[in-house]
Amino acid sequence: MGTSFGRGGATTFQQDLANSDAILIMGSNMAENHPVGFQWVMEARLKGATVMHVDPRFTRTSAMANLHVPIRAGSDIAFLGGIVNYILENERWLDEYVKHFTNAPVIIDERFQDTEDLDGFFSGFDPDKRIYDTSTWHYAGMPVQETAGERAKGGTKGEQSGHGAQAGHLAHGEPPEEDETLQHPRCVFQLLKKHYRRYTPEMVSQICGCTKEQFLEVAETLCENSGRERTSAIVYSVGWTQHTVGVQYIRTAAIIQLLLGNIGRPGGGIMALRGHASIQGSTDLATLYNVLPGYLPMPHAEKDTDLASYLDNHAGTTGWWGHFEAYFISQLKSFWGANSTEDNDFCFDYLPKIDGDHSTYQTAMDMIDRKVRGFFLFGENPAVGSANSRLQRFGLASLDWLVVRDFVEIESASFWKDAPELETGELKTEEIGTEVFFVPAASHVEKDGSFTNTQRLVQWHFQALEPEGDCRSDLWFVYHLGRKIREKLAGSNDPRDRPILDLTWQYATSGPLEEPSADQVLREINGIGPDGKALGTYADLKPDGSTACGCWIYCGIYGDEENKAARKKPGGEQTWVASNWAWAWPLNRRILYNRASADSKGRPWSERKKYVWWDGRKKKWVGEDVPDFQEDKPPTFVPTDDAKAEDAIAGDHPFILQADGRGWLFAAAGLMDGPLPTHYEPHESPFDNPLYSQRANPTRQLSPRAENPYNPAPSDAYPYVFSTYRLTEHHTAGGMSRTVPYLAELQPEFFCEVSPGLAKERGLEHGGWATIITSRTAIEARVLVTERMKPIVVDGRPVHQVGVPYHWGTRGLTKGDSGNDLFPGALDPIVHTQEVRAASCDIQPGRRPRGKALRELVESYPSTVEASA
Amino acid sequence: MKTADGVETYGGEAQPRLGFFTDTSVCIGCKACEVACKEWNLVPEDGLAWTGHSYDNTGELNANTWRHVAFVEQQAPDPIKRGKNDFRWLMESDVCKHCTHAGCLDVCPTGAIFRTEFGTVVIQDDVCNGCGYCITACPFGVITKRELGGDGGMHKCTLCYDRLQDGMEPACAKACPTDSIQFGPLDELVERARQRCGDLVEAGVSEARLYLADENDGIGGAGAFFLLLDEPEVYGLPPQPVVPTKNLRTIWGAAAVAAGALAVGVAAAFLGGDE
Amino acid sequence: MKPHELIGRWPVLRQVAEGDTLGRGKAVQSAKTEQLRPRTDEAQHVVQSICPYCAVGCGQLVYVRDGKVDQIEGDPDSPISRGRLCPKGAASKNLVTSPSREYKVKYRRPHGTEWEELELDEAMEMIADRVIETRTATWQKQGDSGAATERTMGIAMLGGATLDNEENYLIKKLAMGLGVVQVENQARI
Repeated sequence: MGTSFGRGGATTFQQDLANSDAILIMGSNMAENHPVGFQWVMEARLKGATVMHVDPRFTRTSAMANLHVPIRAGSDIAFLGGIVNYILENERWLDEYVKHFTNAPVIIDERFQDTEDLDGFFSGFDPDKRIYDTSTWHYAGMPVQETAGERAKGGTKGEQSGHGAQAGHLAHGEPPEEDETLQHPRCVFQLLKKHYRRYTPEMVSQICGCTKEQFLEVAETLCENSGRERTSAIVYSVGWTQHTVGVQYIRTAAIIQLLLGNIGRPGGGIMALRGHASIQGSTDLATLYNVLPGYLPMPHAEKDTDLASYLDNHAGTTGWWGHFEAYFISQLKSFWGANSTEDNDFCFDYLPKIDGDHSTYQTAMDMIDRKVRGFFLFGENPAVGSANSRLQRFGLASLDWLVVRDFVEIESASFWKDAPELETGELKTEEIGTEVFFVPAASHVEKDGSFTNTQRLVQWHFQALEPEGDCRSDLWFVYHLGRKIREKLAGSNDPRDRPILDLTWQYATSGPLEEPSADQVLREINGIGPDGKALGTYADLKPDGSTACGCWIYCGIYGDEENKAARKKPGGEQTWVASNWAWAWPLNRRILYNRASADSKGRPWSERKKYVWWDGRKKKWVGEDVPDFQEDKPPTFVPTDDAKAEDAIAGDHPFILQADGRGWLFAAAGLMDGPLPTHYEPHESPFDNPLYSQRANPTRQLSPRAENPYNPAPSDAYPYVFSTYRLTEHHTAGGMSRTVPYLAELQPEFFCEVSPGLAKERGLEHGGWATIITSRTAIEARVLVTERMKPIVVDGRPVHQVGVPYHWGTRGLTKGDSGNDLFPGALDPIVHTQEVRAASCDIQPGRRPRGKALRELVESYPSTVEASA
Repeated sequence: MKTADGVETYGGEAQPRLGFFTDTSVCIGCKACEVACKEWNLVPEDGLAWTGHSYDNTGELNANTWRHVAFVEQQAPDPIKRGKNDFRWLMESDVCKHCTHAGCLDVCPTGAIFRTEFGTVVIQDDVCNGCGYCITACPFGVITKRELGGDGGMHKCTLCYDRLQDGMEPACAKACPTDSIQFGPLDELVERARQRCGDLVEAGVSEARLYLADENDGIGGAGAFFLLLDEPEVYGLPPQPVVPTKNLRTIWGAAAVAAGALAVGVAAAFLGGDE
Repeated sequence: MKPHELIGRWPVLRQVAEGDTLGRGKAVQSAKTEQLRPRTDEAQHVVQSICPYCAVGCGQLVYVRDGKVDQIEGDPDSPISRGRLCPKGAASKNLVTSPSREYKVKYRRPHGTEWEELELDEAMEMIADRVIETRTATWQKQGDSGAATERTMGIAMLGGATLDNEENYLIKKLAMGLGVVQVENQARI
C-alpha cells in the first residue's frame, strides 16, 4: 500500500468496518483468524451490508458471508483486475475523486510499454539479471525518484517493507503533463484501461474457476455500494502477502478502491489484518534488515557511501518525505546522542551497510554455508513456521551458537534431539555442533510495554506481576546483553568498537531484576527537542542535530510528557472513533488520507459519509478524526513552482506522503515487478497463463539448491494444489497454542482437508491417514473429507485442493508433521515474503514411511534445482 | 417466561430470571465460549482426541465441557447467501438449558442441585455425592460425572452463579466475539429473540426458529434458549424434550411431608454425630 | 460451629423455616454456596493489558491473587474488542501459567545429547562472549564490490512480531551498534 497511498499501514480501523455498505474479504479468513475484529463485519451485516468472501476454501468466514466465491489459489489478481476492468468498462468510477485525488490524468513516459505490448513483460526487462530497469515507467517530462525505501540500482532486488510508510517521490512539484479529460492515450487512466481490457468476466471465469455470474455479482455489489452516499471496504491478510506477487495483489485492491473513491472515507479503505500482536510495530521499529525505524532505508554499501550521498539518494523534495533529513539525523541522535555531531556526519559511518538480500531465507542458506555462525531467536520458531522448514533446521544445525528466547522449549531449541532429519539419518545429535542457550522469556503480563495492532494503534499493556525464575523480558535481555558487551569492550581502541561503545545505552532499571524502563524507551522513540522535553509532532524535527527521535512516525506518542499509548479512556465514554483510547501513528489519525472524505472543494461527499471536512468559517479542517492534512491548508490551495515538502502539496491532494499528493493508480516508482498489477501463475502452478506467454512473475526470487528443490511445473507427478493456513484454535507455529491445554484439546491433531472427489480419486479414507508429497519432503496427516473443499474447475479441468493447517511440530501437547515443510523458498521479489499459499503436491493414502525410506519416497518424485523462468 | 420451579423459596429475595439467548445465526464457531468457561470455572482439559467430525473435537456437553460448539456441514441451500448455492455450515454453542421444570433438580436426593434466586440450576460440588440420578433425569444429556482428578462429582454449567453475585456477566457470554451468546433478564432476551427471528424469517431465512423459548413445552421453557436455523435434531438437540419427572411432582410433595415428620429424631442424630 | 447454629443449618429445618419444603432452592444452599462470590473479588490488583496473540489488539484485564495470575478476561473499556476475546485470548491465563512453560535457563553444549543447567548470569556472560568472538572473527570491512560495509555477516537475529515495540527498537539499536545487519522478523514469514 506504500506505493499506492504513501504509507503501508491499514488505511482504516476495525471499528469503522461497521460503517461499510459492502465488505470484500479476500486473502483473509477473518472470522477464524481475527474473530474479535470480525464483530465489526457482523455488525455491518446486521445493518444491511453485503459481506463477500472470495477464497479457495469454504471457511468459517464463508459461512458468515452473503456471498462466497471460490477461486483457484493464486488467481486473485485476475479476479481483482476483472473488477478494475468492470469499473472502467461500465463507467462506475467516482469521477471527481479520480480526477483530483489520483494520478489518473498524469501522462507517462512515451517509452513505456505495457504487458499488452510485450506479452507479459513491461518495458525495461533485463532477462539475464531478471530485473527491470524502471526508468521508462516514469511521469513524462520528469525524472521520478524512487521511494524512500530503496533504489533499484546495482542489481539488488526490491527492498521494501510490506507494512511501511514508503512513498513515491517526484523530484519536484506537480507532474508536468496532465490531461484532465483523461483522454490522452498515455495518461494513466487510458493505460489502465488498456492493461486490463482483456480481464473480462469470461477471462476471470477461465482463470479463477468461478462462474461469470459469481464474478459479476461481486463486481456489481462493490460498484453499487460505492460513491458519494455509500462506501465499501476491502479486507486482506497473509493470504495475499504470502505469494510471489503478493505486493501486487494489494496494489490491485488499491486501484479498485481509488477508482471507486473508497480510500480515506468512513466505511471504506483497505483493512490489512496482521497475524501477530505487534507485527506492525516490529516493522515500524524495524527488526527488518533493509529499513531503520520509521521506514528510513538502511544505507547501501555501494550507493550510500556517506551522509551526503545517502540523503541525496533518499530524501524527498515534495510531500512529507521532504523532511527526510530531519527524520534521519534525529534518529542518529537518538542512537549515538552527544557523540553524533555535524562534524562526524552525525555518526552516519557507524551504521553498518547492506549490499544485497539479507532476509531470513538467505540467512538460513548462509547458515548452511557457514557464513552465519551465531543466531538469536526472539519468540520465533523457524523450524516449524517457515517455508521449507527442513532447510531452516539444516541451518540451525550448522551454527556455532544459537540463543532461543521463548516461553516453552520450541522445536527451534530442541532440533538437535528431535528434528525429523534425525529419524531419516540426515542429521545425528552427536555431530551437531550448535551450542544452544535457551533463555526463558517473560510473558506479556510480566512486563510493561506496547504492541502496535493491525490498525496502527499503539496500545500499552501494564505489568501485572514479576516473572518467575530465570524468565525475563526481551527488554531486559537486550539491555543487559548490550551492557555486558559494552563492559567487555570498554577501553578498546579498535574503530569497529566505536559504534557499540558510543551508543546511548543509559536506561534506568528498577526492582530486584533490574528491569529497564519500557516507558523511558518509548519516550526515546518519541523523541525530544532542544530543551530536552518530549516532542509533540514530527513536524518539529530538525536536520541540524538539535532534536533526537528514535522513530519519526511515532513522534507525538509521548507528547506533553504523557505516555499516550497508555490512555485507557473507556470506549463507551467517547465517540465511535475513540481517539482517546491509546494512540495511532501518525499523530493519532485513525483513518488515513481522511481529507479524501471531503470532495475536492472540502465538502462532505454526503451527509451519510461525513467524516472530515473544511470549515470555511474556522478556516480549518474539522470532523470526527484528527485531519490527515495540514489543518489550515484550504482545499483551493495551489503550491508555487518552487515549493518544497508539504508546501508542494495542493489543497485537493489528500495523499500527503506522495510526492504529488495523489493516490497512485499507476506506480511510476517504487515497485520492481511492474507499475500495474498483472496476473502471473504461482511458481508451482499446474496451469499456463491464458493472458500472456510469460507464465510466472519474471522477477520472482528463486533460491534453488539441494536443500530447496522445486517441483517441476507443470508436472503430472504433482497433480494437486495445496495451501497452508491457520485455524482459530491455534496460533502460527503453535508455540503459543499446542502447549496450552485448553487450545490443544480443541484441535488436537494435524489433519488435512480434502473433497469427497479427491478422496475417491486417491482412495483416501475419512479419519484415516494421508501422505502429502512435494519435492522437499513428505508429511502425514489425518484425513478430513469435507464438502467445504470443492474442486475448482479451470479450463474445464477440475483442480483438487488439499488444505493443510500448519500449526504442528514435533513438540507440545499435540504433535504432528509441519505443513510448511512442504513449501519451497520462492519469494515475493519486493518484500521477500514466502509463497506459502499455493503450490503443487501429490497425496497418497496411508502414513508416510519412516527413517531412510522417507527420503527414498521423496526422491522417487521429480524435482528440479533449475530456476526456470 | 414463567417463574422457574423453586424460585418461590426466595420470597422477596428472588431476582429477575436470568438466562442465555444463543443466536446461532451469528455464531462463527470460534469456541471462545468453551475456553472462557473452562478458564473461569477451572474445568479441566479433558482429552486430546481428534473426532473428524467437522471442526468439533469437543463432542458433547459433560462434566468437563459446559459449553460445546456443534458444527453441522449440510448439503442444503443457505438462505443467508445470495444466488444459487447448495451448502451451508451451521454452528451452535450448546449449554445447560436451566429448565423451568428441571429434572435434575427434581431427582437430586442430596440437595446438591438447587434453584438459585436468579432462576438458574446449580450443582453444589461440596454437597454432591456422585449418585448420578441427575444424569438420567436430564432430557438433554448435559450432566455427567467428573472422573478426572478423583473428583467423582456431577458437574455442569452454573451460569456463572458466582459472577452473578457481583452483577458480572457469565464468562462465555462476555467472551463471545459476535454476541451470539447473549445474557440478561430472560424476558428481555425472549422479546429480543422473537424480534430477531421474525426479521430473519422476513429476510427469507424461513427455517429460523426459537428453541425452548415456549413456556408450554415439555420443560416449561428454558433459561437458556436458542435461535436455530434448522430442526433441532440437525444440531443434535431433542426436538420435543420433556422433563422425565413431569408426573412425579405430587409424589415428591408427599415425600417432603414424610420427611418433616421424621425431623426431630434425625436432628438428634445429626447433632450427635458432629460432637 | 455452635449447636444452635448447626441446628439452624440442618436442611430439613431450613426447608420448613425458609419456606422451601421441597428442598429445591434457598434451603439447600451449603455454607460455601451462600458465601460464593466471584474469585476476582479477592484479587490483589487488576491491570489493563493487551492480548498477545493476533493483531486485533483486544483489551484484557489481568487479575492477580496471592502473587499469581488468577484470571484473564476481556477489558470492556476497549473500543476495539468491547470485552470480548477469541479462544486464544480467552486461554491467556492458560498460556502464561501453562505447564509447558520453562522457568530455568537450559544449555546444550556442542555435540551434547542432553540439556544442562546454567545460571542466568553465566549464560548472559557466555552469550556476550560469543557475540564478541563471532563478531571479531567475521568482521567485514568491505563487501564483495570493495565498498565499505563495516559489519558482521556472522550474526543474525530473527523475531519481534510478538515482542513489544520498545523491545524491537532496542534490538535494532543494539544490532546497529554491533554492526549486525541480518535482523528480521515474522513480517516476512
